[in-house]
Amino acid sequence: MSATDTQDPNRRDFLYVATGMAAVVGAGAVAWPFIDQMRPDASTLALASVEVDVSSLTPGMSLVVKWRGKPVVVRNRTEQEMKDGEAVNLAELKDPIARNANLPADAPATDANRTTPGKEAWMVMVQVCTHLGCIPLGQEGDFGGWFCPCHGSVYDTAGRIRKGPAPENMAVPVFQFISDTKIRIG
Amino acid sequence: MSEGHSTYTPKTGIGRWFDSRMPLPRLVYDSFIAYPVPRNLNYAWTFGGILALMLAAQILTGIVLAMHYAADSTLAFDSVEKIMRDVNSGWLLRYLHSNGASFFFVAVYIHIFRGLYYGSYKAPRELLWILGCIIYLLMMATGFMGYVLPWGQMSFWGATVITGFFTAIPLVGDWIQQLLLGGFAVDNPTLNRFFALHYLLPFMIAGVVVLHIWALHVVGQNNPTGIEVKSKTDTLAFTPYATIKDGFGMIVFLFVFAYFVFYLPNYLGHPDNYTVANPLKTPAHIVPEWYFLPFYAILRAITFNIGPINSKLGGVLCMFGAIVMLFLVPWLDTSKVRSAVYRPWYKLFFWLFMADAILLGWLGSQPAEGSYVFMAQMATLFYFAFFLVALPVLGLIETPRRLPNSITEAVLEKNKGRGGHPAGATAAPETKG
Repeated sequence: MSATDTQDPNRRDFLYVATGMAAVVGAGAVAWPFIDQMRPDASTLALASVEVDVSSLTPGMSLVVKWRGKPVVVRNRTEQEMKDGEAVNLAELKDPIARNANLPADAPATDANRTTPGKEAWMVMVQVCTHLGCIPLGQEGDFGGWFCPCHGSVYDTAGRIRKGPAPENMAVPVFQFISDTKIRIG
Repeated sequence: MSEGHSTYTPKTGIGRWFDSRMPLPRLVYDSFIAYPVPRNLNYAWTFGGILALMLAAQILTGIVLAMHYAADSTLAFDSVEKIMRDVNSGWLLRYLHSNGASFFFVAVYIHIFRGLYYGSYKAPRELLWILGCIIYLLMMATGFMGYVLPWGQMSFWGATVITGFFTAIPLVGDWIQQLLLGGFAVDNPTLNRFFALHYLLPFMIAGVVVLHIWALHVVGQNNPTGIEVKSKTDTLAFTPYATIKDGFGMIVFLFVFAYFVFYLPNYLGHPDNYTVANPLKTPAHIVPEWYFLPFYAILRAITFNIGPINSKLGGVLCMFGAIVMLFLVPWLDTSKVRSAVYRPWYKLFFWLFMADAILLGWLGSQPAEGSYVFMAQMATLFYFAFFLVALPVLGLIETPRRLPNSITEAVLEKNKGRGGHPAGATAAPETKG
């Protein structure tokens, strides 16, 4: 240090701190776009809602549509399936929450809460296992609902998790009947 | 070990000119020619060299394949079929690369089990061991992303399941998964970034390999007795002794590799991956590549909630925990003796652990139902018990066998048993070298 530069804090201390702070802020500012570019881009986010004609589905039939890159199942349930779904004691459920995007986040997972009022026969659900994202097979497994072949999760006729490693009921997306035979998802 | 007493003397004018400016020939000479290796190394020690060879081979075939491959979800599957059918020798290069990945893992598993058996992770080799664990992690990431590139059904659903691990993380899990996928499901952005990273990671592996070898050359190699090198008679020069042994090991290994490439090229793969990826249909039975199966079995074994941790997070934590165990081994093992040769109880548990790892691998390939789930839970329990109970406790209660005083003594003792091999002859190579 030169003889003229002995006060504390001196000019060099100021430069150290200022340079260091500029480097930290600069590194953060440069790092962000590199992380940001990895997020879903505009074209991925722009996926609009889909409309599905369900007039051809008689009880016991399902169809699958692709929404946001994921399959959404629309199932016209049979009387027996609805009865099985309603007969379940809520205390037995692994996940007691409805997971229905059309209802409050804490709605209980009753059979009715998994569907939409007046259309209780219809299950509309993202057919993706809540464990690790496989697609469960319909109308299989011990509860007559869905069975995930990947890691053995078993869902009932209302898509509620009953057995296996999955933590949650399958998600019900935002949807509505825009007419008696048409559903809009999203 | 080679530091400080280099015996390199350049013989030519160019050699001297180089040596005084950038002593690269000296580094090579000291590391791969004059470098002293313990004289009792067995064939388990040739897998380090074999791994270096496999890394170089994978990079070479990979770069060539990248020249013919299209990283686009609409083209990827067809471009791989084009490599198989149209590109000259493309079938060979692809089979070399896909089977090369499997054999890379065969070699790394032998290398890791070698280290566990002979206690190669103990002081002063902890950092060497951890660098190896990091290489293993990078290899797993590379292998996983490479398997996605052919864009078959197993590629797609393997990627879905493995990126799904991250959704188990509370609060930020979904955000991290979307960051990895570049969307809400595996799609074109995922394929693009996996291709870029699959190309990058092998070079990062090569970088860590340099650190691994550097650390190795500072502390020196372990050996079957686990005793440190004490005198010059304990070692031999790397060239020709280790060079020829490594070379012979590589050739034998490559023969087995070639057998798979030419006669069983799809044996280690999965037929579903010859079906193009379909986001609306999960194959009946998803299995990862064979080298991930033990961890996959551990993941699926946790079917119950543990207090506040749900079964999904529990499974993911156990799976990653199974790898974390490897990082902790240097501190979990409390024994003063390195080699299992002198540890009768550890030797038993080592073989039980190996059997357990193979059992887990087999269970991972079976459907997750019925008695398989219970067996996987028991095998998972043993896996963790080996690290968290057997390693610390055995070191405290086990009475090791008598250790020889030196590597030389161990070698001479062994040869005495065989008979007809005079002690002078085993020491003779030292004077010739």
